[in-house]
Amino acid sequence: MNNLVVMPLVVPIMIGIVLVFLKNHIRVQRALSLITMLSLIFISIVLLENIQASGIMRLDFGGWLPPYGISFVADSFAILLVLIASIVTLICLIYAYSSIGERHEKMYFYPFVLFMIAGVNGSFMTGDIFNLFVCFEVMLLASYALIALGGNKKQLRESLKYVLINVLASWFFLVALAFLYGTLGTLNMAHLSVRVAEEGQDALLTTISLLFLVVFALKAGLLLFFWLPGSYSVPPTAVAALFGALLTKVGIYALIRMFTLVFYHKPEVTHILIEGMSVVTIIAGCLGAIAYKDLRQVVAYNVVIGVGFVLMGLGVATDSSLQGSIYYLMHDMIAKAMLFLIVGTMINLTGEKRFDRMSGLIRHYPLFGWLFFIVMISLAGIPPFSGFVGKILIGQGLIEAESYVVLAIAFFSSVVVLYSLLRVFLQAIFGETSVSIGDEKPLPKGQLIPILLLACCTFGLGFGAEGFSSFVEDATKTIVNPEIYIQAVLEK
Amino acid sequence: METMMILLIGVLVSVATYLILSKNVIRVILGTAILSHAVHLLILTIAGVKKGNVPLLKEAESPYTDALPQALILTAIVISFAVTAFVLVLAFRIYQTSKSDDFESLRGQKYE
Repeated sequence: MNNLVVMPLVVPIMIGIVLVFLKNHIRVQRALSLITMLSLIFISIVLLENIQASGIMRLDFGGWLPPYGISFVADSFAILLVLIASIVTLICLIYAYSSIGERHEKMYFYPFVLFMIAGVNGSFMTGDIFNLFVCFEVMLLASYALIALGGNKKQLRESLKYVLINVLASWFFLVALAFLYGTLGTLNMAHLSVRVAEEGQDALLTTISLLFLVVFALKAGLLLFFWLPGSYSVPPTAVAALFGALLTKVGIYALIRMFTLVFYHKPEVTHILIEGMSVVTIIAGCLGAIAYKDLRQVVAYNVVIGVGFVLMGLGVATDSSLQGSIYYLMHDMIAKAMLFLIVGTMINLTGEKRFDRMSGLIRHYPLFGWLFFIVMISLAGIPPFSGFVGKILIGQGLIEAESYVVLAIAFFSSVVVLYSLLRVFLQAIFGETSVSIGDEKPLPKGQLIPILLLACCTFGLGFGAEGFSSFVEDATKTIVNPEIYIQAVLEK
Repeated sequence: METMMILLIGVLVSVATYLILSKNVIRVILGTAILSHAVHLLILTIAGVKKGNVPLLKEAESPYTDALPQALILTAIVISFAVTAFVLVLAFRIYQTSKSDDFESLRGQKYE
């Protein structure tokens, strides 16, 4: 019982509400949102240390003991993701200062970002599945506003599709919840796990689990990613980076949570299905990443490939593959944010959206060009950057499960990622420039530094993987042994 | 009673599906609103309708009706209200900028 557990949800909401009243004080808004994110990073580090020392923490709201009340559960997996999400949001906010423009800043940009991060953190930490739905909606409502902010024609058009798809997904979520409550009579995730184990996962429960699979697959962009490239390519760069880094990851987190904690009894149905879906997702993502010349489409399909890769680890569900999924999830949040920021900056500098109409950026912006190189090899999984550890562990898990075809596809996708970005690198970053020295558009420091910070993060996560390993191992232990989580939640 | 409710839910879902499949933006939004009503009824029905007394511990006799579905529905109604309001404003803005409320013309140009 520790009030610190709820802070990642409460702090951004409180500050967000305060910021609504400071509409025209942009400097105050910037400073407050920066401080909020810094404090969230600090809180999550403290929570991580506490969990290491004394096990999973929980907070029962209103003193209602589980399974009757809503509780927040802080285990290593959730808090690691809260930590990375806070770091990524902090960096995207710094990027936004110099890129988003005063008009956006006065239209409640910072409050919406804070509300969204509150929803994201809440989804990571909640121990109640209906509360997960509510946190999803908090996050989504803020993201609806963020994607439509600015109000140009294309943005509004794509945001309408995004909203309607998500409304439908939320509807399925509610239907699944209704059936789940009808069959098991509880909504607490740990208690659900106990009840499913008691009753045995029969055909009805498996069907309900598949309904959840559809819902979370839609949010994560697993197989049902048709909405993703359109909606992720319209908002301003900083917002697109936040979306690419955080929103799909929440869906992935929910999938991992549900299918390791509650519905883990019938892997021959659910997990095989997840595996198949992730294989198709990766193949389709690879095709998309190669097919398009519009940079934002290339990046959006790279997000899709990342989703497929993480969920392969869940599909085979061995110890090492799940550990790999956690590593890769953390890596993917950082690397995708970096990729989105870099690509947004490229489009901003050249005024072109297609990479075959750019060339020679490295002549004018040498550091920027090499940062693109870093994100490229990080996504391809080359050490010492962060993609390596996750890929190797997922690969190991796939070998243990003897799914060699899947393994081949997984590692072939790395080559495709490398190819799709190397193409951009050779064309847009290398090559001769048509703009003479001195005529180039200046690259603001405020946009270069955030990308540099993310590069440091991906290097730190890859090079210092050993330092993170105790946290990740603890997270894996909890995921692999649901009893630890159940005991922590249901003990008096 | 439950059977009637389930039939009603079925009708609502079919109406909503019909509306959502149309090309008109407003019809689609109305469809999502009806869809949310259907699921609220589903939550109410699935937990059992009128199984006991009002759940006021000292003022009514047991057995009590489960009060949780009502709480869930209340939350879901608030959320769907907010989302519907947002989508309606969005649709209005799209009508202002694109001069269209037809999904056919909101497809977006083909990517090269």
